[in-house]
Amino acid sequence: MLTVQEDITSSAPPGARAEDYSIVTRGLTKRFRGGQVAVDHLDLAVPKGSVFGFLGPNGSGKTTTIRMLLGLVAPSEGGWELLGSPMPGGLRTALPRVGALVEGPSFYPYLSGEANLRRYDAADPTVDRRTASARIGDALDRVGLTAAARKRYRAYSLGMRQRLAIAAALLRPRELLILDEPTNGLDPQGTREVRGLVKEIAAEGTTVFVSSHLLAEIEQMCSHVAVMRAGRLAAQGPLAALRAGEAVRISVETPDVTRAEAVLKGLGLSGVRTGQDADNEVSAELGEEPAERICAELVTAGIAVRGLAVRRPSLEDVFVGLTGEGFDVAG
Amino acid sequence: MSPAEKISPNHTITATRPSVTDQVDAVENDTSSLDTSTTEVRSSGSGAVNAVGFTKRHNFLFSEVSLTFRRPRNLAMLGVLVLVPVLLGVALRTFGGPEASDGAPGIFTQITGNGLFLTFAALSILVQLLLPVSVAVVAGDSIAGEAGIGTLRYLLSVPVGRTRLLLVKYANAVVFCLVAVTAVALSSLLTGLLLFPAGPITLLSGGTIPMAEGLLRIGLVVLYVTAGMAALAAISLALSTLTEVAIGAIATTVVLVIVAQVLGAVPQLAGLRPYLLSSWWNDFDGVLRDPVATEVMGQGLLVFAAYTVIFGSIAWARFNGKDISG
Repeated sequence: MLTVQEDITSSAPPGARAEDYSIVTRGLTKRFRGGQVAVDHLDLAVPKGSVFGFLGPNGSGKTTTIRMLLGLVAPSEGGWELLGSPMPGGLRTALPRVGALVEGPSFYPYLSGEANLRRYDAADPTVDRRTASARIGDALDRVGLTAAARKRYRAYSLGMRQRLAIAAALLRPRELLILDEPTNGLDPQGTREVRGLVKEIAAEGTTVFVSSHLLAEIEQMCSHVAVMRAGRLAAQGPLAALRAGEAVRISVETPDVTRAEAVLKGLGLSGVRTGQDADNEVSAELGEEPAERICAELVTAGIAVRGLAVRRPSLEDVFVGLTGEGFDVAG
Repeated sequence: MSPAEKISPNHTITATRPSVTDQVDAVENDTSSLDTSTTEVRSSGSGAVNAVGFTKRHNFLFSEVSLTFRRPRNLAMLGVLVLVPVLLGVALRTFGGPEASDGAPGIFTQITGNGLFLTFAALSILVQLLLPVSVAVVAGDSIAGEAGIGTLRYLLSVPVGRTRLLLVKYANAVVFCLVAVTAVALSSLLTGLLLFPAGPITLLSGGTIPMAEGLLRIGLVVLYVTAGMAALAAISLALSTLTEVAIGAIATTVVLVIVAQVLGAVPQLAGLRPYLLSSWWNDFDGVLRDPVATEVMGQGLLVFAAYTVIFGSIAWARFNGKDISG
């Protein structure tokens, strides 16, 4: 299918062990009653310590995958490992080391934020009861909810609810954090805060697996990315390796498109296209050619150059290149 | 070759549909006992050790019970239950009790003569519908309510353990049954003693017993009715695992109770009666005989146990294999 995924396999250090990966899935498949296939033979490999973006439009199987990882939904086929242990047998010992935010926050509306965290903490049989208050206080502090700790959850704004859900995932030190659309419903300020928090957590050595349908978000946070499309894995690997698959382009803004095109072709540049973003624009893959020489050639040929830009590929370009279609940015 | 296969050729993962929770729950007991022992090693005083060990293992049940008794809805139901004996007592005091010649049951005719009988009368009225409804609300909400607001998926990914969650939910429902029945008994006793004379109880079988023993026998009735309600709670819990709409589980339980009572009242279907749960709820007047007539109540307890085991197993089997998509 795609070259990128094979690159990852070969780029994995020789002798890599299951312990080097926080999440590994093999042929993970979920077929719902009625025959609809939500997740189709998924092979994910999430390296330890990475911030792993799980990207895909809504309905591409991200949440079903996360539910399977957490043992909420039984796979129809295939298996998975969390933190080096095969599941579902190891769920009881692995899940306490995994913090999760699954498909939006869910709490008891008639309890305060603090009482809600106390409830989830009480459900954990492996945690030290005596440190509960301190840990709950720390978690609330980390997401900036200390002031609203005693307010009823019902009165929380969407952003506060989302942050409380992240606090619940941080109730104890975790080796892996699974965050399903963590910035959903947040304002730009809240989105920035969550991004900062994710970076902070990752810096402590926690692997973060974050799903999103927003390209820009993944691009800003993640070191690795996997792209889902209609239940299948379209690509996965380090962000840089994915980007390398897409060429750096030079784009020229000029009233004389036809002649500029001829000059670029004359220089031996490949992938020359006109009128991609605007009518008076020509672009080509830059290759090894220095941009300033192309500029000089254009000017020498007497072409009026209004603008010249070197464009590094965004994740969106990569995505379009991989799937041959645009990404539903708005969701 | 997929990356995963390359990484660890030694791990084999079954490709058949795995039962996600069985293994989880199997190790649960080991894990918790292990934790308790570590706690014990760390603490020094042996008394403190036991306390810590207890709260550690039962903290979630405590959380569950306090959640149940903090919900305004449940408190309102308890309030109504407590109010019924008061209203009954006031009505009997104001308008006088029924005469035996009116065809009223023996218990009712005796209230005005002895306040302790108000407890038996109130329980025999409430056990028909109001107590079952309040039990259905608590037990029917237990799993479906969590699924409905989405907290179930977070509890399970903590991970709370599916069997443990079910056991705690059922224990919580039984605690509620006991509290509700006890509250009715206490309210009846208080009302009865305030409004009517008290003293040695004249039994249905003719003899009399001192008041202290009467109170003891009321305690037996409370336990018997609680057992009957606990059996209903098992049905309601099983229904609660089938849906994400709590009101559906609650309403279905109430409908089943009413259907059972209608079936039990049809003379042509008398053969069905011993198999209906609701037929046995009211069979506690054996304590008003001397010696206590244990045969009927014993059969009742067996029926309650059978219903609890059957519906508890259904709940467990259903919940353990369930995909949590809410």
